[in-house]
Amino acid sequence: MITIDQLYIEFDNLSADDLNRWIGDLLLRPQSVNGTLVFQEIDVARLRLIMTLRDEFEITEPAFPTILSLLDQLYELRRQLRRFNAALEETVPQDIRSVLLQHLER
Amino acid sequence: MADDPYKILGVAKTASADDIRKAYRKLAKQHHPDLNPGNKAAEEKFKAVSAANELLSDPAKRARFDAGEIDESGAEKAPPRGYRHYAESDAGSRYAYSNAGAGAGGFAGADFEDLFSNIFNNRGAGANRTGPARGADAHYILQADFLDAINGATKRLTLPDGQNLDVKIPPGTEDGQTLRLRGRGEPGRNEGPAGDALIDIAITPHPFFIRDGQTIRLELPITLPEAVLGGKITVPTPAGPVAMTVKPGTDTGTELRLKGRGVPAHGSQPAGDLYVKLRVQIGKPDAALEAFLRDWKPEHPNTPRAAMGVAP
Repeated sequence: MITIDQLYIEFDNLSADDLNRWIGDLLLRPQSVNGTLVFQEIDVARLRLIMTLRDEFEITEPAFPTILSLLDQLYELRRQLRRFNAALEETVPQDIRSVLLQHLER
Repeated sequence: MADDPYKILGVAKTASADDIRKAYRKLAKQHHPDLNPGNKAAEEKFKAVSAANELLSDPAKRARFDAGEIDESGAEKAPPRGYRHYAESDAGSRYAYSNAGAGAGGFAGADFEDLFSNIFNNRGAGANRTGPARGADAHYILQADFLDAINGATKRLTLPDGQNLDVKIPPGTEDGQTLRLRGRGEPGRNEGPAGDALIDIAITPHPFFIRDGQTIRLELPITLPEAVLGGKITVPTPAGPVAMTVKPGTDTGTELRLKGRGVPAHGSQPAGDLYVKLRVQIGKPDAALEAFLRDWKPEHPNTPRAAMGVAP
């Protein structure tokens, strides 16, 4: 668990206004447990990505929702493909998988 | 990493700091691993570009490199784990597009059946497509205090879409345990049942209680008079303070067992015990105590290190 205070230590150029706005816009979605915000590692990594987009790539804030939603869709797809792949491995016999693979490599 | 950082960034040795920054930004944008998931070549390139930038963007390091004092890897350091690492794992479902709730609009999250319907329904004339389907399970992590997990508690989890989920943490819950709330996951399709909410419990360590299965351990400081003369002391337990008697002449390290005061009984598990390890605390220097000890002739002179072959 990571608290807001720890975030400020980890990111020295993070302002409370920015953080609150990103949470308000649902770009960051920490959990709220009994009214206290609680961050997991994925939230910290996402915050780091948002700050990289802004500070190093000079992407302006109005573009964040578009970029992040495209990324979210991409990662959702990749998670689903990963699960699909796992399901194939578990349920489909090796010879059929080979045929499938050959077909895909064509 | 054994490549010339100037070549990696595509700048001349005489490039200004501004040129270097521009070159780095251009390449970093192109190869950032979070924007190129699964592309190993981009990841390697990004690492090289970052390392080169790390070296050349720091005037001191650049000067030392130019002077041949450090090599290309002199500035290399492991970058923090990227967002991709988490986004591609199951934890990433927190930011799933279909989870975005109100305000996302326009795009109905692609669930599995949408994505692969063509594969599975081409032959069956779409028969399955209209059948009821169970909703997906939703995964959450709930941070719980040590004592809440020991004694049981109800915690309110606010979901990204603003809904509240009251999670009943049963007594004796262990770190990493998963609770299942039936029907609180994603809604089903065509009157299919809703999925479940799966909640991983992450327990915050306690400042002085340590859990060991059903047993709880506690290190308890006592004063010198309490250790020498004995007496009644109050001991914190997970269920509240209890009184305990310290025998006269109790030493540091003495362990006392409070039966049934550990993790409370739950399921088929009987209540555990609380083990209290006493530690004598001498406290701040005290003139009277020092004067007394200087003149003190012990009734039974103590040679505690004699067994270790050293004296005094």
